[in-house]
Amino acid sequence: MRDIAVVSVAQHQEKALTHTTEVELMVPIINEARGAVGLTQDDIGFTCSGSSDFLAGQAFSFVHTLDAVGAIPPISESHVEMDGAWALYEAWVKLQIGGVDTALVYSYGKSSPGSLRDVLSTQLDPYYLGPLWPDAFSLAALQARIMLESGAVSEQRLAEIAVRSLNGAADNSLAVRSSADATVEGVLAEAPIADPLRPSDCAASADGGVAVVLAAGDRARELCERPAWIRGIDHRIDPHQPGVRDLTRAPSAQAVAVNSGAGNDRLDVAELAAPFTTQEHILELELGLGNGTAVNAKGGALAGHTMMAAGLMRIADAAAQIHDERADRVLGHAASGLYLQQNLVCVMEGE
Amino acid sequence: MSADPSIPPTALSGEVSLPEKLADVEPVRSVRTPIRLDYDFIPGSASSGYLNAFADRKILGQRSPVDGAVFVPPRGVDPRHGAATPDYVELPDTGHVGGFCVTRLPIPGRDDLEIPYVSAWIHLDGADIGFLGLVAGIDTSEVRMGMRVRAVWKPDDELGRTAENILHWEPTGEPDIPVTAAGTNAWHAKQAAAGEQG
Repeated sequence: MRDIAVVSVAQHQEKALTHTTEVELMVPIINEARGAVGLTQDDIGFTCSGSSDFLAGQAFSFVHTLDAVGAIPPISESHVEMDGAWALYEAWVKLQIGGVDTALVYSYGKSSPGSLRDVLSTQLDPYYLGPLWPDAFSLAALQARIMLESGAVSEQRLAEIAVRSLNGAADNSLAVRSSADATVEGVLAEAPIADPLRPSDCAASADGGVAVVLAAGDRARELCERPAWIRGIDHRIDPHQPGVRDLTRAPSAQAVAVNSGAGNDRLDVAELAAPFTTQEHILELELGLGNGTAVNAKGGALAGHTMMAAGLMRIADAAAQIHDERADRVLGHAASGLYLQQNLVCVMEGE
Repeated sequence: MSADPSIPPTALSGEVSLPEKLADVEPVRSVRTPIRLDYDFIPGSASSGYLNAFADRKILGQRSPVDGAVFVPPRGVDPRHGAATPDYVELPDTGHVGGFCVTRLPIPGRDDLEIPYVSAWIHLDGADIGFLGLVAGIDTSEVRMGMRVRAVWKPDDELGRTAENILHWEPTGEPDIPVTAAGTNAWHAKQAAAGEQG
């Protein structure tokens, strides 16, 4: 196995991008990520992105976004209809195969032009579930009810997770929802939007983008003072049909934690991409996170959830804490699909 | 799976057990599941500038900060380099045909379009790439690469923030420019020369 590291990250997120296209959003982010390590597109061996045209309702938006990369002369490129964390995984595999020493990974989401809670229904099975058009909040509330009634979690615990996000995001300029003085009592007093879920249980929807540069071996050491070395990375999937799953659990999350070696040593930081407090609770248990780990200290995805980028943003957030020596061993998590159907974990270490 | 598509899959060739009351019901052969999602299109910064100016009979392009190349319509970026293009350039509504085709098939929903029609890459004077337009006011057999054209605009009181402002492009009657300098030929030659020097 080659040693591969995250050497540079850049991201932007806001509540709604009302004056910029996805291309205009990504130009400065990609240039910042490449520029911070002195690279131009000519120096990049492989480029991989993650996005979904369903969000902005614009066909081939991912092809447009190549304008932000610069594809003259032609570049080696790939795209996944997944969170950018899966694009990072593809780039990691490409670097493992060899032949290239650097990769640019980016992803973005602009869901504000549409109704995200309805757009997400298009990821359901198109014969039995999709035609009923259950919206994303209602589906999550079905899970929350099962969790609460079965004793898998308490309302108090969900409110504590919400408060952790609201308080942690208070000094995070990329967060779109924060409150320095939020309390558990205050969250519990909120009127549910899809009973039993309260507004603070549901991630604040956001538009944004993120870019990451990966490099292998000595190239990473040249480019970065303290590379975030990827020591374990894996992704797994649970069945699509929610009826066959225990919705209080996420076996694929537990599997990636084991396969990435997350629990083999002390974890300073875990950045989780959970779109609901219920799912953040499940993840903490499945990933085996203990008291010594700071979980979503800056608010996590609950404080600002950009579809298709929330996971790669978490990996970027975790890597940045290695770069500036705030942490030595970190975990970035990404999820996709209904009820945490797919999970990816990336464990990184500093030297 | 059977290689012969006329042989049904094994799963369907055996006995299928259905409730009595469904015994004579016609099998389902297709399911229709309509999807409708509404979006508010956001044109973004560069296109907003372009469309706003278009309503005033002005055509805006953007200049590359890398080598000064002018792109129209503007997209906020030089796609060759991934470089932001904040500087607008006002362009004239005259140029030449950089390439064209004569179409004899109707476009669904465009009953107003007489067949045959000519779509062309219009290269504005001062722009380095072309954009799509209709050529009219000339017999289709007379259209040629390098032919000089000007925009025929809608009346001022019908102008809006839309590409429909230009009804079509018509010949100016000026001498053609040579085919070797038409379309992106001149630009590519210039770029190749710059590449050799660089």
